[in-house]
Amino acid sequence: MRMTDLATSPNVGRGPEEHLPRFDPGITEPIWKIRWKMNMRSLAQNWEIFKESRVGMSGLIIIIAFGIFGLLWPIMISFVWDPLIYHPVVGFDPFLMHPSPPAAGHLLGTDPIGRDILAQLMFSTGREFLLGVLSAVISVVVGTFIGAMAAYYGGFTDTLFMRLADIVMLFPFVPLLVVIGSMIRLGILPFAIILGFLEAFGGITVILKAQALQVKVRPYIDAARVAGGSDLHIIRAHIIPNVLPLSFLYMMFNVTGAIVSEATLSFFGILNIDMSWGMMIHTAETAGYLFDFGKFWWLWAPSGFFITLFCAAFYMVGRGLDEVVNPRLRKR
Amino acid sequence: MLGRVGQLVLTLLIYMTMVYFLMQAMPGDISQVYLANPRIPQAARQELKKQLGLDRPPVLQYLSYIKNFFTGNLGVSFSHYPRPVWDILIERLPRTIVLFVTANCLSFYVGFVLGRIIAWQRGATVDHIATVVGITFWTAFYPLLSLILIWLFAFTLHWLPLNQFIEPALWVKAPFSSNTVFGYMVLGASVIALAVFLIFWVFRRGLRRTRKSAALAWASTAGVIGLAIWIAHATGTLIYIWDIIRHMILPVCTLTLINFAGTMLLMRDSMLETVQEDYVMAARAKGLPDNVVRDRYAARNALLPTVTSLVLSLASSMSGGLVTETMFSWPGIGQVLFRAALGNDYPLATGALVFTGVFLLVAHFVADVLYAFLDPRISYTGQPAAEG
Repeated sequence: MRMTDLATSPNVGRGPEEHLPRFDPGITEPIWKIRWKMNMRSLAQNWEIFKESRVGMSGLIIIIAFGIFGLLWPIMISFVWDPLIYHPVVGFDPFLMHPSPPAAGHLLGTDPIGRDILAQLMFSTGREFLLGVLSAVISVVVGTFIGAMAAYYGGFTDTLFMRLADIVMLFPFVPLLVVIGSMIRLGILPFAIILGFLEAFGGITVILKAQALQVKVRPYIDAARVAGGSDLHIIRAHIIPNVLPLSFLYMMFNVTGAIVSEATLSFFGILNIDMSWGMMIHTAETAGYLFDFGKFWWLWAPSGFFITLFCAAFYMVGRGLDEVVNPRLRKR
Repeated sequence: MLGRVGQLVLTLLIYMTMVYFLMQAMPGDISQVYLANPRIPQAARQELKKQLGLDRPPVLQYLSYIKNFFTGNLGVSFSHYPRPVWDILIERLPRTIVLFVTANCLSFYVGFVLGRIIAWQRGATVDHIATVVGITFWTAFYPLLSLILIWLFAFTLHWLPLNQFIEPALWVKAPFSSNTVFGYMVLGASVIALAVFLIFWVFRRGLRRTRKSAALAWASTAGVIGLAIWIAHATGTLIYIWDIIRHMILPVCTLTLINFAGTMLLMRDSMLETVQEDYVMAARAKGLPDNVVRDRYAARNALLPTVTSLVLSLASSMSGGLVTETMFSWPGIGQVLFRAALGNDYPLATGALVFTGVFLLVAHFVADVLYAFLDPRISYTGQPAAEG
C-alpha cells in the first residue's frame, strides 16, 4: 500500500496492515492490454456511428478507390507498361501525333509532348496523398494545442499567438511561396511542411481558439479547477476533447486546402514538382490547348475532375467524422 | 481599445520587417536588376548603387524603408517606370476591396440562408442536394472552374464581357477616366447601402406587423435606387458604370460559388447545436411560427462561429484573390503582386505585400470588435465577463 492511500484511509493508526481490506479484482492482464481493448471497443462503436453517415461513407469509399488507384502505379510501370513510353515525366510515344485523343493504347490520350495522361494521373495520386495528409496532420496537431493554450491562459500567451496568427494570415500564401520557392528547391515534402505550419499558426489557431473560448466559460471547467485539476490536465482532458470536432473538420478542410494550393501553384508554374494534377493542367495551358475546351477535353478534364473528387472525398469523410465526435450533430 | 491600437501598430511594424527581410533574401536583390546590364560600365554601376543608397549598411536601409513608408514614399516601380509604387497601389486597391467585399458578403449571405434552411430540414432531399453541390464547388479546382465559367458565359454564350475591368472600345471617347467613375460608383453604392439600411431600421417595428409599412419600406428603397440611377444618367456616367458592373459579375459569381459552401456547412453544424437548446424548445412550445423560431431564435445564436469564418475567408480570399484577379485579368492588388513577384519588381512587390497586410490588419481589428459585440460572454482580458 502506498503512502498517499494510507494518509486518506480511515484505518490509519489502527494497527498492522492485515486489518485493512485488500482490494483484489482478480485481473491478471497488464494495464496496456486493457487500455488497448478499451480503445478498440470505442473504435468499433465510433465505426458504427460513422457507418450511419452516408456522406462520410461515400467519401471513405472514394478515398480507398484513390488509394488502390495510386498503388496500381508501381505494378503497372514494372510489369505492364513500357517505361520508355509510359513514364509520366520523360515518356514519349513515337507512333502517334500528340496530343492524341483517348484510344486503346492510351486510355485517356496523351498530352502535348506525348506523355500518357493515365500514367500521369496514377503517378501523382500517391504524392497527393502524402502532401495532403502530412500538411493537414501538422497543422491540426499544432493548431489545436496552440488554440487551446491561448484560450485557456489568455493574457500574454493569447496575445502572442493571436498576433502571430495575424501576421501569418497577413501573408498572401502564393507570393510567399514564390519567394520561398526561389530560395530553396520546393519539392513536395518541404512544401507540405511549410504549408502545414503556415496553416497551423494562422487560421486554424484562431478558429480553434474561438471554439476553446466558448468551452472555457462553461461551468465544468470551473468545476475541474475547483476539484484541483492542473492547467495541463484541464487543457488535455476538458478543453481539447471539446474542440476536437472542429479540429477534425478542419483537418479534412486542410487536406483539401493543401491539395488545392499545390494544384494552384503548379498551375501557375511556381513549384518545383515534376508531375502533379495541377502540373498537367499547367502543361495543357502553357501549350495553348485550354482555349479550345471542348476539342481537347482529355488534357484538362481528368486532372481537374481528380483534384475536385479527391478534395471532396476528404471533405466528406470530415463530415462523417464530425458526427462521430460531436454527438449533438447525430441523428436521433 | 488604445492597447489594441498599439498592438495593431506593433503587428504592422513586425510584418513590414518580415516583408523587408523576405525581399532582401530574394535572389538577385534590387541592385542586380540594374547591375546585370553589361553595357553599363563598372564606374557607372558603383555610382548607381551609391545613388540608390545600396552601399549603406542594411540597418540604415531598413530604417529609411520604414520612414519612407510612413511618409508615403514606396519608391518607383521598375516595370511601370517611372510611376511611383504608391500611385499604382492607390489606383488598384479600391478595385480589389470592392470585388472582395462584394463577393464575400454575397457568399456569406447565401451560405447563411442556405445553411439555416438545410439544418432545419435535416436529412431531407434539400439537405443532401445542397451539401453535395456545396462540397463540389467548395473543392473544385479554382483556376479551372473560372476558366470553364469564362468559356461558358463569355466565350460561348456572349452574355458577359470577356475578362478585364472595362471595355476599352467604349472608354476611348469617354470624357472621364475609369478611376473617377469607379470612385463615384463606390461612393454611390455605399450611400445607397446606408440609405437602405436606415430605411429598414426606421421601419423595423412595422415590417413584421403591418403590410403597409413593409410596402412603404420597399417603395422608398426603390426610390433611392431610382434616384441614384437618374443621377448617374443625368451626369452621363450610366453606361460606363454599367460597363464596370458587367465586368464585375463573373468574378463575383465565381468567388461566391466557391466560397458559399464553407459558410453554409459551418452554419448547418452550428445550427444543429442551437436547435437543441432549451430556448428553442420554449419558443416552439409557446406556439411561435416555425420560421420565426428558426430565424430569430436558432439562427441568430448559431451565427457566432460563422462570423469567425467570414473574417477568415476575407483574409484568405485576399490571397486567393491573387488567383481570381489573375484568371479574370482584374487589375487589382493581387494581380500587381503576382506580376511584380514573378517579374522581380521589388519595390512594387514590397509595396503590394505591405498594402495587403494593412488591409487585412484593419479587417481583423473590425472582426475582433464585432465578435466581442456579438458575444458578450467573451472579453479580451481572458476572464469571463461578469454576469449581468
